[in-house]
Amino acid sequence: MTDYTDYATGEPLFDAKAPEGPIAERWDRRRFEARLVNPANRRKHTVIVVGTGLAGGSAGATLAEQGYHVVQFCYQDSPRRAHSIAAQGGVNAAKNYRNDGDSIHRLFYDTVKGGDFRARESNVHRLAQISVEIIDQCVAQGVPFAREYGGLLDTRSFGGVQVSRTFYARGQTGQQLLLGAYQALSRQIAAGNVEMHPRTEMLDLIVVEGRARGIVARDLITGKVDAHFADAVVLATGGYGNVFYLSTNAMNSNATAIWRAHRRGAWFANPCFTQIHPTCIPRTGDHQSKLTLMSESLRNDGRIWVPKARGDDRQPNEIPEDERDYYLERVYPSFGNLVPRDIASRAAKNVCDEGRGVGPGGQGVYLDFADAVRRMGRKAVEAKYGNLFDMYQRITDEDPYEVPMRIYPAVHYTMGGLWVDYDLQTTVPGLFAIGEANFSDHGANRLGASALMQGLADGYFVLPATVNDYLARNPDRGAVDDRHPVVQEVLAETQDRLHLLLSVDGDRTPDSFHRELGELMWEFCGMARTDSGLRKALERIPQIREEFWRRIKVPGVGEEFNQSLEKANRIVDYLELAELMCLDALHRAESCGGHFREESQTPDGEAARRDDAFAYTAAWEFTGAGTAPTLHREDLVFEYVHPTQRSYA
Amino acid sequence: MKLTLRVWRQRAADADGAMSTYEVDGISPDMSFLEMLDTLNEDLILRGEDPVAFDHDCREGICGACSLVVNGDAHGPERTTTCQLHMRSFQDGDTIDVEPWRAAAFPVIKDLVVDRSAFDRIIQAGGYITAPTGAAPEAHATPVPKPDADFAFEHAECIGCGACVAACPNGAAMLFTSAKINHLNVLPQGAPERETRVLEMVAQMDEEGFGGCTLAGECATACPKGIPLVSITGMNREWLRATRKAAGR
Repeated sequence: MTDYTDYATGEPLFDAKAPEGPIAERWDRRRFEARLVNPANRRKHTVIVVGTGLAGGSAGATLAEQGYHVVQFCYQDSPRRAHSIAAQGGVNAAKNYRNDGDSIHRLFYDTVKGGDFRARESNVHRLAQISVEIIDQCVAQGVPFAREYGGLLDTRSFGGVQVSRTFYARGQTGQQLLLGAYQALSRQIAAGNVEMHPRTEMLDLIVVEGRARGIVARDLITGKVDAHFADAVVLATGGYGNVFYLSTNAMNSNATAIWRAHRRGAWFANPCFTQIHPTCIPRTGDHQSKLTLMSESLRNDGRIWVPKARGDDRQPNEIPEDERDYYLERVYPSFGNLVPRDIASRAAKNVCDEGRGVGPGGQGVYLDFADAVRRMGRKAVEAKYGNLFDMYQRITDEDPYEVPMRIYPAVHYTMGGLWVDYDLQTTVPGLFAIGEANFSDHGANRLGASALMQGLADGYFVLPATVNDYLARNPDRGAVDDRHPVVQEVLAETQDRLHLLLSVDGDRTPDSFHRELGELMWEFCGMARTDSGLRKALERIPQIREEFWRRIKVPGVGEEFNQSLEKANRIVDYLELAELMCLDALHRAESCGGHFREESQTPDGEAARRDDAFAYTAAWEFTGAGTAPTLHREDLVFEYVHPTQRSYA
Repeated sequence: MKLTLRVWRQRAADADGAMSTYEVDGISPDMSFLEMLDTLNEDLILRGEDPVAFDHDCREGICGACSLVVNGDAHGPERTTTCQLHMRSFQDGDTIDVEPWRAAAFPVIKDLVVDRSAFDRIIQAGGYITAPTGAAPEAHATPVPKPDADFAFEHAECIGCGACVAACPNGAAMLFTSAKINHLNVLPQGAPERETRVLEMVAQMDEEGFGGCTLAGECATACPKGIPLVSITGMNREWLRATRKAAGR
């Protein structure tokens, strides 16, 4: 076996779909140049959409409205439960309703800068343009955004920006936006334009003659594995944060769809770009199954601090003002508690590493609302954050109106994902990736309230236009069915994998492997990464993989509802993806955004980018399990936002 | 903590079910109820037994997947979802009964997992505002009075878990259905479909085999999101209004 780190560098990658010309005109131009499919012909085309979150739900509904026959899948029992539902804080849009100097260009600028200059300018500008249409669309659907007494929409501020452009529905913005998309999708299901398959999980991709033509999926109730066919396949399956075992993702969120697509030829971009969210509830013990986020919006009014002295174990309310270190306000006076997530997380880690952390094991910092309660009154704080405070109290049994919250960073979002061009098409023709499943818009760090914006921009507005173009240019497709040799092969491989998992009959549970992998990744590929640590992880992962196939125990059979089999099958893919994440982190010997290499920092301990060597997107081509992948670089060109050392001081 | 669990086990939809008894030990009061079940399942797998199947996903109380009747109460003794119920609500040595949602319209799939697709079909019948992508006017073109917006939000909070149905002695879905009708019907954007929405959603609800409402109020008591009982009154008013209007035409 070749050394996994001994990767080859292939042809550079070039986004052939991004138009030239002034940046503000590129999306209009692309839409004009995109070919159209005659409405009467659209119903002859089938499009598979996998996932029903903000991206998948909005894409399925919109494609069906356009007249396509949509076949849609989700592993949940209802499309309404996709994990977008858990997004709390809000959705950004450059409406400038506040008249506070916001504009499309400013949202574009903030996002490129927030992503630490590792995103494509064209994509980000398009996102900022579409943001305003998203709010219009959602209001028309009846999304109950927060409003002011005059009946107009309210906004609030989020990290990394100095304007108030985040639209919200209390702490449940994701839920409300998702229900809007779900309801639009439901209308299309009722009209017979969407064939919905809930409790069905994609296990592989079918590529025939170089084009994506379908998927293999397992019915989670009966266990039946079937092939489904289409003229184009859209993956809206979310991120891969659950590689870390503990994250804010839903328990069943997984990477199987994108990883299997990667194995079938879709290149994987910037896998090491993961977002560690600064404000999560700290873990309480080894039984912990997931971590819960406390919305970034809390940093609008909450103040983050730790004791000035190490090992100060007094109750927080007993620590006098002058013995507290409001470290974000001290180090970053102009952004204060609203610095971007990567910076806030790292700062929390630093003060904990110094021995000034609070709570069990010193793994926490305070998020204090005493000042906010004094200033605004308890009632106003309750109206703004009531549901978040209740949630905190329920989990920790502490009252955040009386005692400061304790928070600690946790894995939250993955900026990396399948490489896509400006049309959101992967390197497999006919295979599209949208939402968190792709890598496209957030660079090395996503700003708060931008995930909802991107998911809906992709699903409602970008993808429907670009799928049109693909189908118009590729109207003649040969028939594909179960008897096709490629389909038979993919079906057989999937069945074999499931049978193998069931037949090992070892002595370790799926969760025990998942937890072991997660701890390894958190230690070596988490908030701070080093050359030697990443090499250790790369040595260990193949050993865990080998042990997995020797000792895994999956009870039951495949032809039934079997949650252990679902879990074990997802871990198979995490065990390969984790290796690629570590390799990507190792190869990128710079710090940028959420990717912090200890070897590359400024004298103040901030992330030091190396634009001379790493101003590119790293897209990895699969060459075989455990064998070194091939690196393809897509150079990033900055014509409008000049890369600088990010400063939030 | 050491606990005795009595759990509903049912191999498949068409199989007979029964309560099975299990002992669990080493439970921390900080664990969530589902983490306690995880502990049981890890033991069962290593003992070569089939783990207990249950629906769960976000474990933050918002996706609405978790659905357990704990000691006879939908979502257990606290007013929250099962995933946000913590073991500190129980005492060392307790015996705890764990059952699936019980309702004619929610057939059991396996153990504690039930089929709630009837809820999706109620939404499909009219629980939406017709607003095709791209057709939306500027968001500020129609101001919505804050009390109306807040009323809409209060009802839109429903997570579709089905606790209302499980708690109802009649297995009715009135609270779920009324929450969506109230959310959309109060908004100016929802006005054009106001009548058809209520008529068709209520018709679908009846067709799915949910029971009728006798105002027992158990649904609102069990609702983890606090959808109020008067929501049902609001739906009935909308339904009467729509029925009269249709008759008058």
